[in-house]
Amino acid sequence: MTRPRPGGPAALLGALSRRRRHRLAPALLLLLALVAMGAAYTAFAPTPQAEASNGQPTGSVDAGRALFLKNCSSCHGLNAEGSSDGPTLVGVGAASVDFQVTTGRMPAARLGAQVQQKPNQFTRQEVADLAAYVASLGPGPAIPDESQLDLSDADPARGGEIYRTNCSMCHNYAGSGGALTEGKYAPPLRGVEPRILYEAMLTGPQSMPVFGDHTMTPEEKRDIIAFIKTTEDEPSPGGASLGKLGPVTEGGIGWLVGIGALIGCAVWLGAKAR
Amino acid sequence: MSDQRIHEGDTSGSKDVQASGTSHDALVGDEGTGAPGAGAESGHLVERPGQDGELTRTWGNPGLPSHVYRRSDVDPKAAQRREREVATFFGVSTLGTLLFIVAYFAIKPDGEDLLEEVSLSTKLLGLGLGLALFCIGAGAIHWAKTLMPDDEIVQDRKPMRSSDEDRAAAVEAMKEGAAGAGLGRRKLIRNSLLGAMAPLGLLAIIPLRDLGPLPGASLTGTWWRPGSRVVTDPTGRPIKAADIPIGTVIHVQPEGIEKASHPLNEKAKATTLVIRLEPDEIQDQKQRDWSVDGIVAYSKVCTHVGCPVGLYEQQTHHLLCPCHQSTFDVTRDCAVIFGPAARPLPQLPLDVDEEGYLVARDDYQEPVGPSFWERG
Amino acid sequence: MALEQIAGKTANEIDERFGSANFVKRSARKVFPDHWSFLLGEIALYSFIVLLLTGVFLTLWFKPSHMEVIYDGAYVPLRGVPMSEAYASTLQISFDVRGGLIIRQIHHWAALIFVAAMIVHMCRVFFTGAFRKPRETNWLIGVILIMLSFIEGLAGYSLPDDLLSGTGLRITEGVLLSLPVVGTYLTFFLFGGEFPGEEIIPRLYIAHVLLIPGIFLALITVHVMLVWYQKHTQYPLPGRTEKNAVGYPFFPVYTAKAGGFFFITFGVTTLLSAFASINPVWLFGPYTPGEISAGSQPDWYMGFLEGSLRLFPNWETTLLGFTIPWNVLGPALIIPGLLFTPMILYPFIERWVTGDNAEHHVLDRPRNVPTRTGLGVMALITWLILLAAGANDLIAVAFNMSINSITWGFRVLIFVVPPLAYVVTKRICLGLQRRDRDLVLHGRETGRIVRLPNGEMIEVHEPISDARKWELTQHRVPQPAEIGPLTDANGVPRRRILAAKVRATVSRFYFEDRVEPPTPAEVHELESSGHH
Repeated sequence: MTRPRPGGPAALLGALSRRRRHRLAPALLLLLALVAMGAAYTAFAPTPQAEASNGQPTGSVDAGRALFLKNCSSCHGLNAEGSSDGPTLVGVGAASVDFQVTTGRMPAARLGAQVQQKPNQFTRQEVADLAAYVASLGPGPAIPDESQLDLSDADPARGGEIYRTNCSMCHNYAGSGGALTEGKYAPPLRGVEPRILYEAMLTGPQSMPVFGDHTMTPEEKRDIIAFIKTTEDEPSPGGASLGKLGPVTEGGIGWLVGIGALIGCAVWLGAKAR
Repeated sequence: MSDQRIHEGDTSGSKDVQASGTSHDALVGDEGTGAPGAGAESGHLVERPGQDGELTRTWGNPGLPSHVYRRSDVDPKAAQRREREVATFFGVSTLGTLLFIVAYFAIKPDGEDLLEEVSLSTKLLGLGLGLALFCIGAGAIHWAKTLMPDDEIVQDRKPMRSSDEDRAAAVEAMKEGAAGAGLGRRKLIRNSLLGAMAPLGLLAIIPLRDLGPLPGASLTGTWWRPGSRVVTDPTGRPIKAADIPIGTVIHVQPEGIEKASHPLNEKAKATTLVIRLEPDEIQDQKQRDWSVDGIVAYSKVCTHVGCPVGLYEQQTHHLLCPCHQSTFDVTRDCAVIFGPAARPLPQLPLDVDEEGYLVARDDYQEPVGPSFWERG
Repeated sequence: MALEQIAGKTANEIDERFGSANFVKRSARKVFPDHWSFLLGEIALYSFIVLLLTGVFLTLWFKPSHMEVIYDGAYVPLRGVPMSEAYASTLQISFDVRGGLIIRQIHHWAALIFVAAMIVHMCRVFFTGAFRKPRETNWLIGVILIMLSFIEGLAGYSLPDDLLSGTGLRITEGVLLSLPVVGTYLTFFLFGGEFPGEEIIPRLYIAHVLLIPGIFLALITVHVMLVWYQKHTQYPLPGRTEKNAVGYPFFPVYTAKAGGFFFITFGVTTLLSAFASINPVWLFGPYTPGEISAGSQPDWYMGFLEGSLRLFPNWETTLLGFTIPWNVLGPALIIPGLLFTPMILYPFIERWVTGDNAEHHVLDRPRNVPTRTGLGVMALITWLILLAAGANDLIAVAFNMSINSITWGFRVLIFVVPPLAYVVTKRICLGLQRRDRDLVLHGRETGRIVRLPNGEMIEVHEPISDARKWELTQHRVPQPAEIGPLTDANGVPRRRILAAKVRATVSRFYFEDRVEPPTPAEVHELESSGHH
């Protein structure tokens, strides 16, 4: 082959093609391909959404409608007007959707006495989209923002007083949960996110009553959440807490371990030594 | 195995046996003397009353089995090892005591990490004390089991019944004493004594009268008055009817109850629930008359034995008492639909004042809480 | 040597004043029958001593007062919360007094173990027939002790005035109110007026630390002294008879073992208290009327009353302006009456049925008294069903069931299971008796199969020792009582025939199903007939 003239695209291409069997060529090509992909992705990927003030992504009503039609309309109706299988969602607000879907209760798998919690099958964005769609159907409780969930000024002791009047009769003094009628139950509250706790109080899911902001102010809700969070984290100074269920488990251990060990010692005492 | 256990034909420990004496009628039929070692294998038969009272020949008590010696009885080295084991128990006990003392002074729970420190202190103090106590006991028991004589001793058991002579003497003594008192003869003394002693018992009971006031009409009224504002419990805020969402339950009390001379006593009777239904869900006419726009108020004191009925199931409109599961249907004037309560919850008649705040129209029209005799 | 001299001098001083040598002579080597099942009562006794010791510690800080204080102690979730001094002082003991929480927990665990041990001990006494003459009084004392312990425990765990125990006091008040005629008066006298009042905590306190412990001390002393004086019973083992007591001497063996067992009991209770939390009152919050927690139960020994309250139907009658709430009276009076009255009277009932007026110091093997064993199991099962019903809400949550179904289920079980339990237990006892009879008649199965020359395959049985034969046949199986002649020798009809007829019927119920212990004659007959 004649030597190319120096300079120009032809010169470059010539230089490349002459080196195409260089032992580093495959590695270089791979690197080139990766860089090209990255650049293309950066160029064409959608820009990240602006975050809402509650740390949740902003929902898209249209995306939400699409998700709704696919996952929810079979029970709640094509326009969320409700059906024999599910109530209307008009006016339940974004808070209800955020609660139900984030905790995995919705979409309901099996209609029993009470809808059960399951792993959430949607992304945060999808949940926000669904919430935005439902919120667009009619005015309803909104997802709490960061200021409502800021526990730094909360009073857990006052929260405890309000909790014991309004919440412990269903959820137990330590948030261990409790029984309702006909197989329904109030779930345990330990390990639940503050936002979810707030939304439950606000929207009154399933059997739970609604605790509106006039009858239980946002500060009171915040104090209750502070109480739950403070006490759920605290160590049990007396030892193993036995489920925080009260005298029943204590009685069981007293018999099993206490009497059991003592009878064991009695048998040892009465046995003849070798 | 035979080298570990050494049997002896004649058992020891028979020195404490006393003669079994004559058999008394009071004792169950004679089983033989139970003499130790009398016949573990020899199969001696005795006569004894059978099932129908007749004497039958059956197996007799074989007596104490021959003594089995422990290693520590025959082997001085084994005995010494047992001694060391017992001493080890006592030693661990001392260590436990030490642990307790150190932990007590080393950990003083206060301030920031209160619960962690109390937790650690409790565990260490408990472990120390527990080991200290347990190991003394274990050491003592181990000592008794392995080193102290384990020969079984036989002692006589006399019948509980006293001898005939003793009984006769006792009767004589009592007769003599009774004759001396002459109660049989001196009826005046006897009657007046009874007359004095019997009422004396009353003096132990009468001063208990001031344990408490008579119930009177206390159980038939609460702190609610006509026009009492309904305020939240425990935060004390009045409630506007318009602010109450459907599906809500509010725990309330009468305004100003904290100014009562015994606020807790009043709260125990006056504690109330406010629930908002859809107006057409109310099925009872009286209930509707006493409601405001579907807002109803009911006593929170369960009519079974007085627990607060707090659980409101929003969708079924049922009120559940957590103690014994009495269930009340709010749409039917809190009629009892399950559980041991016999009476529905009393309703508080409601109204709104000029500013729209929820008020009571009147007090409860029947006693709240558990049933009692004079309830009517 | 010096130690002996000091001991000698001391003993001399004491003897010159109290004549103690006589007592020491008799008692130091007194024999105590030994078996692990005889230690169950000791668990209760030692738990009582633990309660006394730890209780005294608690009284040094506890304030039995309703006076309201605002908490400003170290526990953050209660800061600023109004509470009674009783509750605040309990928090102080738990958090501010070093060792306070461990002692509180030992005290409460010991209480649970105390009652449990008494129940287990009572079962041992019942099933082995140790309540028979001359020990009926001790049985009565024991039953009274158990019933008192329920009240003592209720008083004790109500002292901290927390939400859980305050709810229990509210229920107690509701139960008392239900009593006809006197209910409201009793309630107002107990609480000093309306509930909650300001009197109940101080009154429960004095009952709990003085009155009932005083009665306990007296009754326990009599209980133990009776055992000492009447001598402990013993199992029907070789060498034991009605006329002897076989065991170990009081000093040193029994002293070491029983004394050691006190330390064991205290130690086990302490170790449990070190690692398992009990009655965390700071989590419950102070008691306020109007507040309640889901899953509220009393301590386990009150559970049967709680279950009765949950299961009893909602019957109430109104008569001439007066109300009789059967739904509460049933659990308060009728059910405990049905459970405790036969328990109290049982020794006398059995004596009437069997006509047995003899002293008994040798125990029964439970299988040999199948009706008594069956009745005891039936009573236990009834009590256990009520106990389980008291936790129906926790069962509902744990097993994801409807609490309504569970309640109805228990209502059915309480009628169906106890008679079934009686029948099954009695059949098992009779079956075990038959097995004992077979052992005596045929010997024990060796597992060796032998083929006889005529082709027959047999399992070789080895005769058991005569000692074992005695163990399996030493018991007496009474015949059912006869009504006796309907007229006396002169043809005059006998008086009180009805009582005799009833007794004969009950006696048949007791002894109709029986397994006769075999005799040597029967064994000999079997052997000589060539039976293997």
